[in-house]
Amino acid sequence: MASNKRRRASYVAALAAAGALLLSACGGGSTEGEDIGASGEFPTSGSGVVNVYNWTDYIDPEELKRFTAETGIEVILDTYDSNETLLAKLQSGATGYDVIVPSDYMVEQMIELNLLQNIGVSSFPNGGNIKDNLMDVYWDPGRNYTAPWNYGTTGIACNFAAEPECANIKSWKDYFTAGLDKMDSLKDQVEVVSAALRATGVGPDDLCTTDKAKYIAAEELLAGFKPAVIESDGGIERVTAGTSNVRHAWNGSTHRMTEENPDVQFIYPSEGLNLWADNLAVPVGAPNLDNAKIFINWMMDAKAAGAQSNFSGYDNGIKGSDAFMNESLKTDPAVVVPADKQALISPLPNCDEEARELYTQVFTTWTTGQ
Amino acid sequence: MTAVTTPPKKQAQRGQPGQSSPKLAYLPILFLAFAIGIPLLIIVVYSFLEKPSQGTGVKWVFTLENYKALFIQEKLDGTTVLDTRYIKVLWTSFYYSIITTVVTLVLSIPVAMWIATRDARKRNLLVALVTLPFWISILIRTYGMRQIIADEGPIGKFLGLFDISFSILYTPTATILGLIYVFLPFMILPIYASAERFDFRLAEAAYDLGAKRMTVVRRVILPSIRPGVISGIALVFIPALGSFLQSDMLGGGKTNMVANVIANNFGQARNWPFGSALAVLLIVLTLLFVLIMQGAAKKRGDKVELV
Amino acid sequence: MSHSQTASRKRGKLVNLRNFPGFNPTAWFVLFFLYSPLLYVVIYSFNSSRIGAVWESFSVKWYGKVFENTDIQRALKNSLQVGFVATVLSTILAVMAALGLLRMQRAGKAVAMALIGAPLIIAEIVLAVGTLGLFIAVGVPLGKVGLIVAHTAFCIPFALLPIRARLSQLDMAPFEAASDLGANEREILRRITLPLLAPAIFAGALLAFAISIDDFITSFFVAGPGATTLPVYIFGMIRSTVTPEVNAISTLLLLFSGSVLIGSYLIQRKRR
Repeated sequence: MASNKRRRASYVAALAAAGALLLSACGGGSTEGEDIGASGEFPTSGSGVVNVYNWTDYIDPEELKRFTAETGIEVILDTYDSNETLLAKLQSGATGYDVIVPSDYMVEQMIELNLLQNIGVSSFPNGGNIKDNLMDVYWDPGRNYTAPWNYGTTGIACNFAAEPECANIKSWKDYFTAGLDKMDSLKDQVEVVSAALRATGVGPDDLCTTDKAKYIAAEELLAGFKPAVIESDGGIERVTAGTSNVRHAWNGSTHRMTEENPDVQFIYPSEGLNLWADNLAVPVGAPNLDNAKIFINWMMDAKAAGAQSNFSGYDNGIKGSDAFMNESLKTDPAVVVPADKQALISPLPNCDEEARELYTQVFTTWTTGQ
Repeated sequence: MTAVTTPPKKQAQRGQPGQSSPKLAYLPILFLAFAIGIPLLIIVVYSFLEKPSQGTGVKWVFTLENYKALFIQEKLDGTTVLDTRYIKVLWTSFYYSIITTVVTLVLSIPVAMWIATRDARKRNLLVALVTLPFWISILIRTYGMRQIIADEGPIGKFLGLFDISFSILYTPTATILGLIYVFLPFMILPIYASAERFDFRLAEAAYDLGAKRMTVVRRVILPSIRPGVISGIALVFIPALGSFLQSDMLGGGKTNMVANVIANNFGQARNWPFGSALAVLLIVLTLLFVLIMQGAAKKRGDKVELV
Repeated sequence: MSHSQTASRKRGKLVNLRNFPGFNPTAWFVLFFLYSPLLYVVIYSFNSSRIGAVWESFSVKWYGKVFENTDIQRALKNSLQVGFVATVLSTILAVMAALGLLRMQRAGKAVAMALIGAPLIIAEIVLAVGTLGLFIAVGVPLGKVGLIVAHTAFCIPFALLPIRARLSQLDMAPFEAASDLGANEREILRRITLPLLAPAIFAGALLAFAISIDDFITSFFVAGPGATTLPVYIFGMIRSTVTPEVNAISTLLLLFSGSVLIGSYLIQRKRR
């Protein structure tokens, strides 16, 4: 626990200004990656395929086409809806994936379980493009196993025109107790349970508590929360189509909703919200290791990372990528955390096994109690 | 599939196409024992094992905890209470399946009778129309249903003209509607098969003898389509009980039918032993249902055989 | 309108039964109910709007997207490969089972029937996770091979249905004649049994293929990387945001199912 906390603290320090990253990095210009092969051992040419296992609707298909055109490697994409689903699939013997996209805390778990390969990311040709504050992260100090992908926050998306109550949703507590029609929830135990813990008065530094009383309070709050939909996937579609009006949502997906319908806005809950950082990693047993490295290196290029951000709506961990980002992305308060909201942000809790088990229990009780 | 037939006349064993030796069946049986038998055995074994600390998979330690956990919950405050959540999940599955069966039955009898009383050419066309959905992906049919009943779909838009609000997607109603939609042909076809064989002169004879219309239906027509009805009930109820897609796609991803809870335990929730215990319970309840159906059919003198 | 013999004989009473109150509207309602979602899918596959429920204008652009989409093509290829191999294997095994079972002792037959009937009675999710357990235990990597094994297993009972039905209706005379004339088992099988069973075997294979192509749950659990089948891929699409494209694939699949059905109907009619 102690070491956990310490590591978390340094991560908080590193990302304290996360929201301002985009703005501060402006003017850095593009640092085009060196050609593949510039560094001695790095695989030079590709052929065949790379099996990518990513979150649903999280990678730009046009960029994948460009990757194939430039490298000759075909991308086979498969998708999942949560870190836990990814872990379950890997643990049940799906050994054919070359690149996966776990979040921070999951990377640490996977390294502990010997599921990831040390591929020396920081020494990749594009390794120098990693933003400084995403270099020495707690889950992979010095970036050996993982390359930074997108990062963002998890708050509430609300359609202020369709649901007048949106104006009154200021906190997680408001969200969980709103009792509106057309409410929508993520299906993600870490996000849902940590939000419920925050709503019942648990501070951001205590989200991995093993004090059962706190989980009981969260469980009681959740018992009254009966959204119409519990699904991590498809939220953008539901909210823009008007099937859902209030959703526990990632900031990038909310950005995409706002693009479709300006009435949808991102709410920063007053109890604070999670900052997560996703990563590209190579699982043990990957059949196309060289292609995986080429893929990861290619994605660490500023242009690719910028285009990817334009698609997904999140900021990313690559220097200079902002030069390739849309203006609407760089000015959306959902993506660029406003100064007065910075203090609300804390990293996704990275809990030990005991607390994880409590999370699972609360989450299962909630979902099966629907 | 439980097919109900009236027992055929005993045939002579000699000179059957089955001159071929029973050895021919060994390979398929062996294969099925491997690909069907062992997986079922594995589920039973898993259900008595512990969950490993990392979630996925099993730890080879015998336990009855998984079965206990189906009915008794150890709450976070240390107390143990009777856990109604999984009983409720099972009940929900039964309840949805029963409604589905009843509604499809009520709709199918008139439809099957109606088709059976059309003239031959029209009848073939109608049967083809009812059969066609069999060949269309259940996923796509469920997806079509989802678009139809969406708030902003055609029904919602039409009712909107009269200021009637329509919002059933992601409710139990939507799931049940999806089940009815998907399984309806499974009820119509076996009933039609029985109705087609029905000699309508019997009904006429009954009329001629002065029976009232409802009496004819009750005493002459219904008994003669009974085998089809029993087949239909089995063909609808059993798959509905284990259905996954309808509650997933139309019910809002809330794990409210037993198949969804099992799937979740083998996916995100990563508790294989508990998922297995639930699966064993589902198998037992399904077999119980089959036995009851067989018993009921036997009493009436119909022969029910599996496959 | 041509009436059947019975109908013309006692027209008055039968009209009464034919027009049983409520039957007619119920039947039309049910047909409408069965087809309106499919019709909606077909119509909206030509909608240019990205938002599913809003009609914008006629367009075939989503079909263009489907034909450009290499993931869909790969998933289709996987589905067809797995479906084809599983159909061939399950049909062969089903024929063997059907013939062998005829002469099998009671106890053996009971075990065999239980195994064959299991996929029809036991919820697919249970077999799917059990199969996952099996593959882990035996060390079969998640992928096409595993998929084929699993699909073959649950296709056997479907392939068997029409074959067994046909076997029970066969006229025994040719067999008796053949064995009287001294033909051995193999000759009878090759020259009489199989030709007589051919239409049923064809029907069984068709059924098996349809079941395999349509399968979602088992494929979802045991299809590993690179073995994603079309239903699993479409399910993923439906979960994310690309709605109209799904309508376009669905329409193509409807067209495919329809033409397979009509084709098989024509083949069977020719044979008769």
